[in-house]
Amino acid sequence: MASDYTRTVTSLDTKSVLKHLDVELTERCNNDCVHCYIRKDTGSRIQDAGCGDDGIGSCEMTAAEVEGVLEEAQGLGCLTVRFTGGEPLLREDFEEIYIAARELGLRVIISTNATLITQELANVFARVPPLEDLDITLYGAGRETYEAVSRSPGSFNEACRGLALLSGKTIPFSIRSIVLPQNSCDAQSLATWRKIQPTMPDPLPPTIYLDLRARRDSSTKNDAIRKLRMPPSDIVAWLSQDRAKYAAEHRGFCRKFAGPPGGLLFRCGAGTNSTCVDAYGNVQMCLLLRHPETVLPKKQRIKGKGSRGRLEYALEEFFPEVRKKQATNSDYLARCAKCFLNGLCEQCPAKSWMEHGTLDTPVEYYCEITHLQALDLGLLKPGEKAWQVPDWQQRLQAFCA
Amino acid sequence: MKIDPNTVYVPSKNVVYREIEGEPIIVPITSGIGDLEDDLFSLNETGKAIWAAMDGKKTPADIAESLAAEYEGPADELKTDVTAFLKELLKRNIIWTSDTDATEA
Repeated sequence: MASDYTRTVTSLDTKSVLKHLDVELTERCNNDCVHCYIRKDTGSRIQDAGCGDDGIGSCEMTAAEVEGVLEEAQGLGCLTVRFTGGEPLLREDFEEIYIAARELGLRVIISTNATLITQELANVFARVPPLEDLDITLYGAGRETYEAVSRSPGSFNEACRGLALLSGKTIPFSIRSIVLPQNSCDAQSLATWRKIQPTMPDPLPPTIYLDLRARRDSSTKNDAIRKLRMPPSDIVAWLSQDRAKYAAEHRGFCRKFAGPPGGLLFRCGAGTNSTCVDAYGNVQMCLLLRHPETVLPKKQRIKGKGSRGRLEYALEEFFPEVRKKQATNSDYLARCAKCFLNGLCEQCPAKSWMEHGTLDTPVEYYCEITHLQALDLGLLKPGEKAWQVPDWQQRLQAFCA
Repeated sequence: MKIDPNTVYVPSKNVVYREIEGEPIIVPITSGIGDLEDDLFSLNETGKAIWAAMDGKKTPADIAESLAAEYEGPADELKTDVTAFLKELLKRNIIWTSDTDATEA
């Protein structure tokens, strides 16, 4: 509502050094989902979180440390913080951290499985609203499918109870779902349920790509995740269910992002005006990218720091240097660097890190998906490789026309 | 809802005033601020100047007088602006009286 002196705003388009911050409050989780790329297998308390000295700092930040990060973020013009995990509500000091964020004038997104929402917490959210929808992941529409994913008996009822408590206080939330073999039969009922929630006029599309372990700490778990992945042909079938919308979206995307990227690795916005802090205080460009060359460790002394904080140093010096990195992998240079579909592909340094432990190794799974999509959209002919198409510009022009 | 010219009004403790890239933004902390729960509020230049003048001691008349001196503007017009601005903020629970502030401390 505008007046002569004020206007209401729901978003700000500023040139702040930092617009959005993700804070991973913990890697612990009370569920044990089959597909999880984060959950740290430890006890349920911070003290059991496996503190040790591995050079990057592996003790969870205290509430005071988190609040220090939030203060610095606020000073850099940040308006929105997301608390994520693991399961952030596992933190016994969550309420303290949440209130501190709100008292700094930050809007808060909470990514949670909702199983730990209590009446007390719902009352807190009613009294001090987060100003953003809670971001809730549901793993199935019924107990059997949900708990086949979460592997946590009773978690479905706990999630439903959490949602009921939020609804009872009219606290807005959005539901994410994730498509897995265990719950694929629920896809339609979940989509229908999400559409009829009054607080969710635009349901979020389900997650269909499964990432491998971000800490690269379990080849066994990675093998299990790979087995859960939808075959590339199924991914394309899923994405293209609404043909007209699918084609239109890809035309729009290709107009902006298609074309060979060359050797420059970072083409996304990671580390530009958003960043993330992991559970131990290490500053990352994005939640998934934990390659040591791209992470500012908590314990690293900052040269010429003066009064600058770690976030400011990361955003203004450390990350800009990382973003200059060029690929050196010959396979990447022969393929991804020359691929005119690179913007459509999930390939990025974070994916390469999770799959291969490097920044520039082609991920075959995503390459195959992108090629099948391109074939389906008429951008490629059968048997063609997208890095060997001399007339790619004409093809894009024709496709986008 | 009327503005008492002899009452001191101050920002509510239930909001946070921030300047982001020079833009004054009021962020609600508790519910019941404004019309919709996720609204933020931005102030124009007049609003920003009046907000800055709310020092916990000045009445609306004092604020108008101090701004008239600072900006060499017509005092009557500024009185109207100050009253209208404070009325808008009071209606939205963004400000309250200094007496309320003392009891909320």
